[in-house]
Amino acid sequence: MTSSPDSFTSMSKRSDSEKFFDLTFFGLTRALAIAIGLILLAIALVVFIEAIPAIKTFKLNFIFTSQWNPVTQIFGAWPVIYGTIVSAIISLVIAIPLGVGTAIFLSENFIPKKLRTVLTFMVELLAAVPSVVYGLWGIYVLIPFLYPIDLWLNQKLGWFPLFNTVPSQGSGFMFAAGLILAIMILPIITAISRDSLASLPPELRQASLGLGATRWETIIKVLIPAAFSGIVGGIMLGLGRAMGETMAVTMVIGNSPTVSASIFAPSYTISSLLANQFAEASGLQISSLMYAGLILMILTLIVNILADLIVGRIKAKYD
Amino acid sequence: MNDNSFSVNLKKRPGSIQNLFGFLMTFLVVICLLAALIPLFLVLGFIIFKGGGLINTCLFTQLPPPPGMADGCFGLGNAIVGTIIVVGIATIISVPIGIGSAVYLSEFSGDNQIAKGVRFCTNVLSGVPSIIAGIFAYGLLIATRVVDFSAIAGGVALSILMLPTIIKTTDESLKIVPQDVRWAALGVGAYNYQTVLKVVLPAALPGIITGITLAIARAAGETAPMIFTALNSNFWPDSLTDPISTLSVTVYNFATQPYESLNQLAWAGSFILVFMVLITSILSRLATRQKNT
Repeated sequence: MTSSPDSFTSMSKRSDSEKFFDLTFFGLTRALAIAIGLILLAIALVVFIEAIPAIKTFKLNFIFTSQWNPVTQIFGAWPVIYGTIVSAIISLVIAIPLGVGTAIFLSENFIPKKLRTVLTFMVELLAAVPSVVYGLWGIYVLIPFLYPIDLWLNQKLGWFPLFNTVPSQGSGFMFAAGLILAIMILPIITAISRDSLASLPPELRQASLGLGATRWETIIKVLIPAAFSGIVGGIMLGLGRAMGETMAVTMVIGNSPTVSASIFAPSYTISSLLANQFAEASGLQISSLMYAGLILMILTLIVNILADLIVGRIKAKYD
Repeated sequence: MNDNSFSVNLKKRPGSIQNLFGFLMTFLVVICLLAALIPLFLVLGFIIFKGGGLINTCLFTQLPPPPGMADGCFGLGNAIVGTIIVVGIATIISVPIGIGSAVYLSEFSGDNQIAKGVRFCTNVLSGVPSIIAGIFAYGLLIATRVVDFSAIAGGVALSILMLPTIIKTTDESLKIVPQDVRWAALGVGAYNYQTVLKVVLPAALPGIITGITLAIARAAGETAPMIFTALNSNFWPDSLTDPISTLSVTVYNFATQPYESLNQLAWAGSFILVFMVLITSILSRLATRQKNT
């Protein structure tokens, strides 16, 4: 949209200053838009520059070293990378079936539309609760509640690697973090799966029902395959959120840099390591924390970019 | 009753495998929905139960107690003021940038390559973990000694988290302003800036304000980027360049303290945070729904 040149009926000539202001306004908004890209670039650059001393010292061994020792100045991120990925996987295992199931229920006409709108909004509200509040709830409600269950599982099934740590009362552990993360990513998976199911052309459903398929045959054989990439995109966004989530995890995961197969053992994630140590760190330790942050950023960037591409593709397909 | 001559039986057979399967699946997805909503009610229930009773005037006007002190008139006054200051700084930074870039995206770009790139960056930015925004603000401002741990550093970190929400909601609100309005303004000889500032933006204002409110509410609950930018303080804030306490960091710190009085303040702080976010979410939902119908 450029302003049309005034030619014959103009009462007053457009002043140069106004023309200048108009161009400036256009240029300013464009600069601000481009600034968004630059901010993203700056984030990556600043974190990278701050991490350079640690990158030079530890190189790629940083990823595979299990020590985090400020006294000997040897830092390795393997336990926290392990904790980040495993806690995210636990949360996905819980949240994918619940989220996709909820999305199916809310995108089909099982119940009246008004009720569905209210329930959809309530699921979205799960995402509005601040992370630190989930953490507080985790410490005082979830962990004490899970303790007897863990103890029982450990006594009966302790031979199984997943349960072979005796839980200690009042301290956090991997499964608690996975469960809290599941609650936090559930609304993302639900919202995006529901959107992609709801945006399918109605002809798909009508054709399938017309051929004599039942509602559930239609859902499983037609609708879910058609919305599959959207659902995967939602899951990827949930994974990105789960890996980057900080406060709730920090408060319930136990903060111990150990690599254990047991879901009742305390663990540590990249973000909780940053949250715990950053304010008091200095020198090589801070640079190592930045290095860990860089790894987290790369992980979440890859996941989010893939998710964006997948979700964008399905939108373009059915719009 | 059903004595037709067709060979196909169209009667529903309640006992068939298909029907049982359908019934089972429906039952399963209802369970999924209930399981998804249980945590919401549990969290809200405990927040109201544990924090609701602690809401009084002391909470909003007084400082937290020194460790060990149990009784008396104590509160989170400094954290509430601190939250308002830090979020205020973040709003001052993010609103002009957010609205400006959304104006470019919706009004001037014509969906060119720049707009595609900026929209992509906005999506990626909204996926950047909040703690990364924190270490970015630390690396940009504190490590370089531009400012020390302070409200300003905290505000910069929060502004990055607010930007994507503001851009997306403004972009969407601008898009639903009818095209005729722009043509009419340009037709009577308005400049582009006049069209945008005096006609299009005012028309889209309710949606934009809704988006900003939502971004502010979310930002107020953010903790991770604040613990090493704004840090914390036990006193009333008196400068923008000193460490400052915020509600979310206070909840985090007091949650794990071995003093019952501090734990209670953590619950009370959670109560304030949760209900601020819930009320703004519900109001913004009502506001956007009224507009659509």
